[in-house]
Amino acid sequence: MNEFIEAKVALRWQEPKSAYDVVIIGGGGHGLATAYYLATRHGITDVGVFERSYIGSGNSGRNTTVIRANYGIPEAVRFYQHSLDLYADLEAETDRWIMHDQKGIFWLCHTEAGVRAEKARAAVNQAFGSDTVFVTPDEVKEIVPEIDLSGGGKYPVLGGSYHRAGATARHDRVVWTYAEGAMRHGVHIHQRTPVTGIVREGERVIGVETPNGRVGAGVVLSAVGGHVSIIAAMAGVRLPIRTHPLQAFVTNHYARTFEPIVASSDLLFYVSQTARGEMLLGAEIDRQPSYSYRSGHSFLQSCAHRAMTLLPFLRDLRILRQWTGVCDMSPDYAPIMGYTGVDGFLVTTGWGTWGFKAIPAGGEQLAEVIATDRVPELIAPFTLDRFARDRTKADRGSAGTH
Amino acid sequence: MAIRIPCPHCGERPIEEFLYGEVPNVPDSITDSEARDLDQAFMRDNPAGEVRERWFHVYGCRRWLWLRRDRTTDRVVD
Repeated sequence: MNEFIEAKVALRWQEPKSAYDVVIIGGGGHGLATAYYLATRHGITDVGVFERSYIGSGNSGRNTTVIRANYGIPEAVRFYQHSLDLYADLEAETDRWIMHDQKGIFWLCHTEAGVRAEKARAAVNQAFGSDTVFVTPDEVKEIVPEIDLSGGGKYPVLGGSYHRAGATARHDRVVWTYAEGAMRHGVHIHQRTPVTGIVREGERVIGVETPNGRVGAGVVLSAVGGHVSIIAAMAGVRLPIRTHPLQAFVTNHYARTFEPIVASSDLLFYVSQTARGEMLLGAEIDRQPSYSYRSGHSFLQSCAHRAMTLLPFLRDLRILRQWTGVCDMSPDYAPIMGYTGVDGFLVTTGWGTWGFKAIPAGGEQLAEVIATDRVPELIAPFTLDRFARDRTKADRGSAGTH
Repeated sequence: MAIRIPCPHCGERPIEEFLYGEVPNVPDSITDSEARDLDQAFMRDNPAGEVRERWFHVYGCRRWLWLRRDRTTDRVVD
């Protein structure tokens, strides 16, 4: 983060203390939102956030900023709808502009199986409080005139689900808003301070090691992304996480307004227009596990090809930038929040390729777990012990990246 | 640079021709048989650094091979 931005968002850095009530590992959206809600909802301000690079430098700064709740299972619809509602109120609550923009999202289908899936999605969404309807190809064309409904003759659009509440927000601003809000209440954020070890006393975690020395903690929360398995191993916890790269790219400026977010679960890509007018595209994760941030040409080629099948105007644009994040993928494509079986050590992980939209609700709920020492009903389905209890929350089709 | 995988039968080929094959590794420290089943089904070491992996040359000789890859850099070691 450069000095101009630091001045703008009025972040005030502090010297690390020798102990905090709560230590949060990872200064991304989830870690900072948890700190913010601990301070604002529960009056817990003795909180230290430790970030190995600069805040928002991980997946919070690399995602494609989509906020939606069009999931396929009731537990997920409720959770993400709550997050979507918190996002909608965040600017009013914090008096900071996160460039929240409700755009609507199409998930298009090109097969009969896809039509059934999207009709089921709309039904589940409506039943559990999220605004999604099934739309015909003509209705799609009305809002997205650029679309080739024949799908290049190979992937005809048979319809899709339309999630009107879908939105985007500027990811850096979300990070800074939570950081500033937390700091204003006395939370300490330490950038360029990696956690290099977790201190256990018997069965209990009592602190973390950093290059500046040991920091004691009443509770340690791991809010790191792709590197969560390494942090958890320091506490002696094994996680059902595989780390996979996810790539994305933006084109140069498209001169017209492209209002909604368009995704195709059969062709596996999603596209939206940034506030700068660039077209932002993403697709599926890389198949092999890796912590590498390298981007590749074969992703650009295959993603661009699939996107142009439905949106031929993309042919005339040029790719400006591409980047990669490393994602903490869970086996059932659902998050893992709360207790780990080791006293004093909590995780918020399994955010894979879908974590940005969950930042407000994830932070709010984790703060409640830490403050009250009980798991709120909203996130009870997403605890780590669900794997041992045979209660996985499989919802692969809603990840948008598979 | 795309990752290239040395296939013992076909020579060095681009990664897109291969499928990654996951090999679960249950640590010896887990002794309870139900806990071992749970670990094998879901839990993963997920290490950074060098890992010995199985890959299937699906668009080539259609045989399995072993590969040592650095998961931090994606460099193929051997």
